[in-house]
Amino acid sequence: MSGGTFLGMPAFPRNAAAAVQDSQLRFNLRKATHTIRGKRASVVAELPDWAELRAAGKEIKDHTLRNLDRYLLQLEEAVTAAGGHVHWAADAAEANRIVADLVKATGETSVVKVKSMATQEIGLNEALQEEGITAYETDLAELIVQLGDDWPSHILVPAIHRNRSEIREIFQEKMASYGRAAPEGLTDEPRALAEAARLHLRERFLSTKVAVSGANFMIAETGTLVVLESEGNGRMCLTLPETLISVVGIEKLLPSWRDLEVFLQLLPRSSTGERMNPYTSTWTGAVEGQEFHLVLLDNGRTRVLADEVGRQALRCIRCSACLNVCPVYERAGGHAYGSVYPGPIGAILTPQLRGMGSALDASLPYASTLCGACFDACPVAIDIPEVLVHLRGKARHPRAERLGMRAAGWVFDRPARLAGAQRLGARLRRFVPGRLPGPLAGWTDTRDIPDIPAESFRDWWDRTDGGAR
Amino acid sequence: MRVALFITCVNDTLFPGTGRAVVTLLRRLGCDVEFPQAQTCCGQMHVNTGYPEEGRRLARHFVDVFAEYDAVVAPSGSCAAMVREQYPRLARAGDASFAGEVAETVPKVHDLSEFLVDVLGVTDVGAYFPHRVTYHPTCHSLRGLRLGDRPTRLLEQVRGLELVPLPGAEECCGFGGTFAVKNPAVSAAMCGDKVRNVAGTGAEVLCAADNSCLMHIGGTLKRQRTGVRIMHLAEILAATEATR
Repeated sequence: MSGGTFLGMPAFPRNAAAAVQDSQLRFNLRKATHTIRGKRASVVAELPDWAELRAAGKEIKDHTLRNLDRYLLQLEEAVTAAGGHVHWAADAAEANRIVADLVKATGETSVVKVKSMATQEIGLNEALQEEGITAYETDLAELIVQLGDDWPSHILVPAIHRNRSEIREIFQEKMASYGRAAPEGLTDEPRALAEAARLHLRERFLSTKVAVSGANFMIAETGTLVVLESEGNGRMCLTLPETLISVVGIEKLLPSWRDLEVFLQLLPRSSTGERMNPYTSTWTGAVEGQEFHLVLLDNGRTRVLADEVGRQALRCIRCSACLNVCPVYERAGGHAYGSVYPGPIGAILTPQLRGMGSALDASLPYASTLCGACFDACPVAIDIPEVLVHLRGKARHPRAERLGMRAAGWVFDRPARLAGAQRLGARLRRFVPGRLPGPLAGWTDTRDIPDIPAESFRDWWDRTDGGAR
Repeated sequence: MRVALFITCVNDTLFPGTGRAVVTLLRRLGCDVEFPQAQTCCGQMHVNTGYPEEGRRLARHFVDVFAEYDAVVAPSGSCAAMVREQYPRLARAGDASFAGEVAETVPKVHDLSEFLVDVLGVTDVGAYFPHRVTYHPTCHSLRGLRLGDRPTRLLEQVRGLELVPLPGAEECCGFGGTFAVKNPAVSAAMCGDKVRNVAGTGAEVLCAADNSCLMHIGGTLKRQRTGVRIMHLAEILAATEATR
C-alpha cells in the first residue's frame, strides 16, 4: 500500500501534459465519461421537474449551511440520544487520531471501509497504517485502486482510468497478498472480475470486527446517517462489524427526512445515471450489538463557509456529474489534479480546503476553460466558473504575467493607446515569427497565429467615416 | 433607436472584417449604427485570469462609453457574456452608483444574433452564401448567453447555404482565453478533437459567433492543412449575391 500523499505532486499543467500523452488513459477516460454522460442526460431528461428539484437542492443546502451551527448541535443531540458517540475533529490530524484511538480501544488491527471521500481527504488509511492498523477498501473500484497501489482518479469511479485487462492483472498479482487469492484462470470478463472480488471481500467482511464509513447525508432532526451505494458492500460493512466509525464532513447535513426526498432523486441520476441507486442504508445511533461513533470533520470547511462566493462549493453532494462533462478532466485524467477531489469541483474545493500555498493548489483554479458545462450539470447548481474566477482573483500571479496584464490594462485604459498599439502591430506584422517565444510558445506549438491586418476596425471607421466614404 | 457597436478589442485588432460585416449587415437591415471611438476592451482577459481590479476599471470605462445608447451590439458571445455575467459581480464590490449604472447598461447589451432575432425580429437577413457550412456554438454563446438556435435559424435562411451538423458541437474547443497559454497540452488536445470533428463534416467553412474561439480552431485547422476556412457569423450574414 502506498504511504505517500497527493501533496508534492507537480502543478496541474505539467501533470496534464503527461496525461494527454497516454493514449490508453485518454481512450479509457473518454469511453467511460461519455457513457455516464449519456446515461445521466437521458435520465435527467425524464424528469419534467428537474429544474425545480435542482433549485430545491440548492435551497436546502444553502439554508443548512447558513444555520450549520444550530443543525450540527441538533444532530449531536439526536445521535447521542440514540446511543451513538459524537466526536468533533477540527482537522485531518485530529480526525485520524480519534479514529486510530477508537480502533485501538477495540484491540483490533484491521478495519473494513465503505467508500468514503472524507477519509481519503484526511489520508486515514495511511494514518492508520502508521499505527499498525490495516484498512481494507471494500468498494470494487477502491479495491482495484488499493490492490494496484494506485491513486483514485474519479469521485464515483475511482478506477475509471483502468480497463478490464489491467484490472485482471492487478487481481492476479495482488489479491493473494491481501487475503483470498484470485481464482485460477481468471478472465477479464466483468462477471468473472466481479465474482473474484466478491469471494475475496466475503472473507474480509466475515472476519473483520471494525468498520469505517463516511455518509452521503446526515439528518439533523433524527440523527440518522445515510449511505447510497451500488454494490451492497457498504451494507455489509455497516451491519456486520461490532464497531462502526463514521467520518463525515460537517457540510453533509440535511435538516429533516423530508429533505432527503429531493437528494435521493438528484444524486443517483447525476452520478450513476440511474433512476435510483440499488442500496440506500440508513442508521440512527447505535443498534443492538454494535457500537457507533460519529466523527464530525471540519478540516477547512468553516473557513470555506466564511467566503461569500466560494462557500457554494460546500453544497457539493459528490455526484461527480461535473467530472463526466468536463472536457479538461476527460483529457487530463483525475491524477493531474493531485487531490482526492478531481475535476471541476476539485479545482474549486481543493484550493479552498487546503489554501493556495503550493504550486499545485495555485494552478487548480486555472484548470478550466470556464466553458460552463460543469455548472449546467451540477444538481445543486454550484456556479463552478464563478468560483474559479473568484479564486483566480485571490491567487498569486507570476511576475511576467502581472507585468503583461498591467501593460494590457494600460493600453486598454485609453482608446488612443489601443489605436497606437494596433498601428504599431500593423507596421511590424511582417516580422511576427511563426513560433513565438516564452509562455506563448504553447500557442504556436500546435496552432498558426492569425495574420495581423494592415488596418484595424477603428482606423477603417475613421478613414471611411464608418464605410460612408 | 441609437445602436452602438461594441466591436471588441480582438475583432478591432485582429478581425476588422467582422466589424465591417456587422456594419454592412445592420445598415442593410435599416439600422443607424454608431461606433463610439472611446471603446476599448470588456476586461474579460483580466477578470478571467484573476485581475478583477483591472477588469473593474475596464467595466467602468465600458459603462461610461455605452450608457447613453438604446442598444449595444457585440459580435462576440464571450464578450457579451462577460458584460452580462461578470459586470454585476464586479459592481457588487464597487460603489452603489456604479452598480446602478451597470444594472441600467447591461440589459441593453446584445450578442449580434440576439439583436437580429429578438430586437429586430428577423431571421432572413437577405444573405446569399452558396457553401457548405458547419456551426460551432461556442461555450459562452451556448451556456453563458443561452443563444439557443438563434444563430442556426439565421444560417438556415441564408440562400445557397448548406448547413451540416457538427458532432460534439457543444464541447469546448479548448481556447478559454489564457487557458490556451497556461494549459497548452490540454488545450491542444481539446482543439485536436474539435478539428477532427470539423474536418469530418466535409464543410468548407467553420462558422461561429466568436472570433476568439475561431482564432484558436482556425489556427489548428491551418496548421493541419485541412483547407477548412473560418468565418464569423456576421461575415456570412453580410454576404449577398452582389458581394460574390
